[in-house]
Amino acid sequence: MIDHETHTYDVVVIGAGGAGMRAAIEASGNGAKTALVCKSLLGKAHTVMAEGGIAAAMGNVYPQDNWKVHFRDTMRGGKFLNNWRMAQLHAQEAPERVWELEDWGALFDRTADGKISQRDFGGHRYARLAHVGDRSGLEMIRTLQQHAVGEGQIDVFMECTLVELLLDDSGAVCGAFGYWRPTGDFISFACKAVVMATGGIGRAWKVTSNSWEYSGDGHAMALRAGAELIDMEFIQFHPTGMVWPPSIRGALVTESVRGDGGILTNKFGDRFMFNYVPDLFRKETAETEEEADLWYKDHSAARRTPDLLPRDEVARAINAEVKAGRGSPHGGVYLDVSSRLSADVIKRRLPSMYHQFLELADVDITKEPMEIAPTCHYTMGGIRVDAETEATTIPGLFACGESAGGMHGANRLGGNSLSDLLVFGKRAGEHAAQYAAGKAGAPTIPETQVTDATREVLAPFERVDGENPYTVLNDMQEMLHNLVGIIRIEAELKEALERFVELKERAGKVRVIGTRAYNPGWNTAIDLRNMLMVAEGCTKAALARRESRGGHTREDFPVTDPEFAKINHAVRYENGEVTITPTPLPQMPDDLRQIVEENPE
Amino acid sequence: MTLIQKGSGLGQWSAERKAEATGQKVATMRVWRGDATGGRFEEFQVPYEDGEVVLDILHRIQATQASDLAVRWNCKAGKCGSCSAEVNGKPRLTCMTRMSIFESGDPITVNPLRTFPVIKDLVTDVSFNYEVAAKIRPLKPVAPAGDDGHHRMFQEDVNRGQEFRKCIECFLCQNVCHVIRDHEENKQHFAGPRFFIRMAELDMHPLDTEPNRAERAQDDFGLGYCNITKCCTDVCPEHIHITDNGIIPMKERAMSAKYDPIPWIIRKIRRR
Repeated sequence: MIDHETHTYDVVVIGAGGAGMRAAIEASGNGAKTALVCKSLLGKAHTVMAEGGIAAAMGNVYPQDNWKVHFRDTMRGGKFLNNWRMAQLHAQEAPERVWELEDWGALFDRTADGKISQRDFGGHRYARLAHVGDRSGLEMIRTLQQHAVGEGQIDVFMECTLVELLLDDSGAVCGAFGYWRPTGDFISFACKAVVMATGGIGRAWKVTSNSWEYSGDGHAMALRAGAELIDMEFIQFHPTGMVWPPSIRGALVTESVRGDGGILTNKFGDRFMFNYVPDLFRKETAETEEEADLWYKDHSAARRTPDLLPRDEVARAINAEVKAGRGSPHGGVYLDVSSRLSADVIKRRLPSMYHQFLELADVDITKEPMEIAPTCHYTMGGIRVDAETEATTIPGLFACGESAGGMHGANRLGGNSLSDLLVFGKRAGEHAAQYAAGKAGAPTIPETQVTDATREVLAPFERVDGENPYTVLNDMQEMLHNLVGIIRIEAELKEALERFVELKERAGKVRVIGTRAYNPGWNTAIDLRNMLMVAEGCTKAALARRESRGGHTREDFPVTDPEFAKINHAVRYENGEVTITPTPLPQMPDDLRQIVEENPE
Repeated sequence: MTLIQKGSGLGQWSAERKAEATGQKVATMRVWRGDATGGRFEEFQVPYEDGEVVLDILHRIQATQASDLAVRWNCKAGKCGSCSAEVNGKPRLTCMTRMSIFESGDPITVNPLRTFPVIKDLVTDVSFNYEVAAKIRPLKPVAPAGDDGHHRMFQEDVNRGQEFRKCIECFLCQNVCHVIRDHEENKQHFAGPRFFIRMAELDMHPLDTEPNRAERAQDDFGLGYCNITKCCTDVCPEHIHITDNGIIPMKERAMSAKYDPIPWIIRKIRRR
C-alpha cells in the first residue's frame, strides 16, 4: 500500500473558481460535509480573470428584458446546438443568483436609481451584464470566497491537485486521488459524490488567455472514469486578445471595450465588421455606421452595431481581415475606444484595460487604438450532464461550469459564463448533496486504484533519460495552434491526429528532475497526459463535424448543415482509445422554439 | 578551443551563444533556490526579448534549464496576485515587471517574499493571510429596501468600498508591513493592511449591520500597531490608498467610538 493521507466527505468539489465555490456553498448549505479542492491558492482561479460581467435579465436598464429574450439570444448565439433546458434554466435563474451575491457582499456598479447597472455585450439584445468596471470576475470570486470562508463549514484544500477519480465495484464514484503541490505527498478522498468544476482546456493551445491550470483535468478524469464529453469540437477563440509584446500575446481584452462603444477597424481605418454580418443576424444588425452609433445611445431607435456580433462571428472576421493583408503591424486589427469615449470615462469603465496596456505594451488606450487578434479562450464542450441536476453519466459524479458541456452549444455569448457558473454551480452542489444524503454506508478507498494511479504519476522520476515536459508542452501548443485553430481543414486535422501519436509517446517518456515538493516540471508532466487526451477528443470531433457552426469553422465545409444541428458528438475513452459517437440532440418543445424563432422587430 | 564539461554551465554557454547569433539580449538572473531548511542564489543566463516581463524569464528557466523551479502564477496579467516576489529587493508582481526597467547587463535578483515562510524557491507559505481572513465576520445585510425585494445602493456610496475590493490579494502589502515583516510574534495579534481594508470596506458597506467593525479592528486585529508609514500603499499594484482611505479613517472611527461618551452610554444601556 502506498502511503497517503485519507479524508472522508459527503461531497468533494474539485476546482474553486466560480462554479466550484458556488457548488461547495450549496452542498454545505444542504447539510453535506464538503471539501473544496483546488490546484492554486483560493481566489486565484480563472474566474478572477473574467472582466465584462454576469449576464442576467434583471431588466434594470431595459425593463423589456426578460428570461425569454436572454434564452433566445443564448440559443441563437450557440447556433441552436445548446441543450435547450440548460439554456432555459440559465436564463430563468441567473437574476436570482446575481441578487444573491449582493447579500454576500458584492458591490456592483449602480444605475442612477440605485439598482445593479447592466452593460451591453456581444449577442445580447439588451444591456444585461452586471459588472464592476472591467473586473467583474474578481468581484464574483472574492464574494463567493468571502461567503464560503465566512460560513466556516467548508474545508478548503489549497494547492492540491487531484489526478484520478476512484470508483466502487458498481462503477459509482467513491473518491478521488491526488497530491499536495507544496510537498508532493499523496492524498485521497473517500466520498459519496464528486462535483467536477475544473474549467477548460485552453492551455493546450499556444495563444491563449488561459493559465497553466486549464489543462482539462476534469474532462480527462471523467473520461477515464467512463463518463462522456460532448461538443468538444467547439473551442471559443475570443476575438480580442493582445498581440504585442510577444510575451503577453493572447491576454484578454474585454468585450466591454466594444460593449461600451469601442470599434474594430483595419489598417485603412475601415469598420470592417459591416462586411461580415451573417444572415442569421442581418435583420437585427445596423447597416451603417450612423445607425450603429445611434444604437449606443438608444437601443430602440436603431439596430445593434456589428462590432457586437457573437464572438465566433467577430473572431472569424478579424482572422479574414488579417489574412487579406488588411491587418495591423503585429498581425492583428485595431480596437479603438480613444476616439469614442473621453479619457475619464475610459479610466472609470475600463480601468484594468487602461492599466494593462499602459504597463505592458506602452499603449495609452485613451489616446490610441489597441492592437488585437483572436485568442483561445473557452471550451464550449465538456462533461455531459443532466440539465436539472448536473449529474453526469457516472453515478455520483456531477459537473458544472466550463468543465460541463451543453449550456452554450456551438458558441458562448460573453457574460453567459459567469452566470453559468452561478446557476449550475448551485444546482450541482444541491443535487450532489441530495445524492450523498441518499447513499447509505461509508465510502471506502479502493487501494489498488490508488496504487495504480501512484505508479503512473511517479513514473517520470524513474526515467534516467527523457525530455523536459515543457518541451513536449510547447510542441503540443504549437501543433494545436497551427492545425486545430480557428479555421480547420480535413488534411490538417488528420495531420494533427498523427502528431498526437508522437506527442503521446513523448509525453509518456518525459523525465523530471528534483523532488516532488512544489515541482512545476513534474506537475506539468502529469497535466500533459490530460491535455493530450482531451485535445485529441477536440480534434476527432472537429474532423467528424463536416460543417461550420459557431466555434468550429471548416474551410472545406464552410456552410452550416441542418443535419448536424441534430447531433452532438460524444467523446468517450474506450479500451485505451478516444472515440467519437454522434448522439441525438434533445429537441426543444414548441413553445420554446417559438421564442427562439420569433423576430423581435 | 572551449572545453565543455557536463555540469559546467552548458546551458548558460549555449544560451549566450544562441542569443549572440540571433541578436537577442541575455539577462543574468540570480534566483533564490531552496526550501525551509535554507538555500542560496543560483545564477542563470537567459535570453529575452523586448517587451518581456520577469515572469517570462522565470518560465524560460523552467522550460530550458530548471524544470523544477518553483514559481506561483496564474493570470499573467496583473489580475490574480499569484506571482509576487522581491525583484532587486523590491516587492513586485513578476508578471507586471518589465525587463526594460533594468539596466542591461546588471544581474537581476529574484527572491521570495520575506515575511512568509519559504516552501520552495520563490513560493512562500501565505496561509497566515487565509487564517486572518477566516476570522473576519462576513457581511450581515439589512433587509432589501426596494419594493421589488432587492437592495438599493448608490454609486457614490459604493465607490470607496469598490476601491478596496480592487485588492487582488497579492499580499505585497502584508510583505512590506514592518509590524510583521521583522516581528514574527506580532502575527498573532495583527491582521495586516490587506485585512484592514477588508474591515474598512465592510465598515462602510451600505448594507452591513454588523456592529463595531472599527472597534473590533482595533481590539481584536491590532489596528493600533500600524503607525502609518504607508509602505503598504507604496507597493500596492492596484494603487489602492490603503492608509489614507482605509486605515486612517478606521483608526479615527475606532477612537471616536471608544472615547465619544454618547456611544459609550448607549452601549452601557444596551448591555443591560
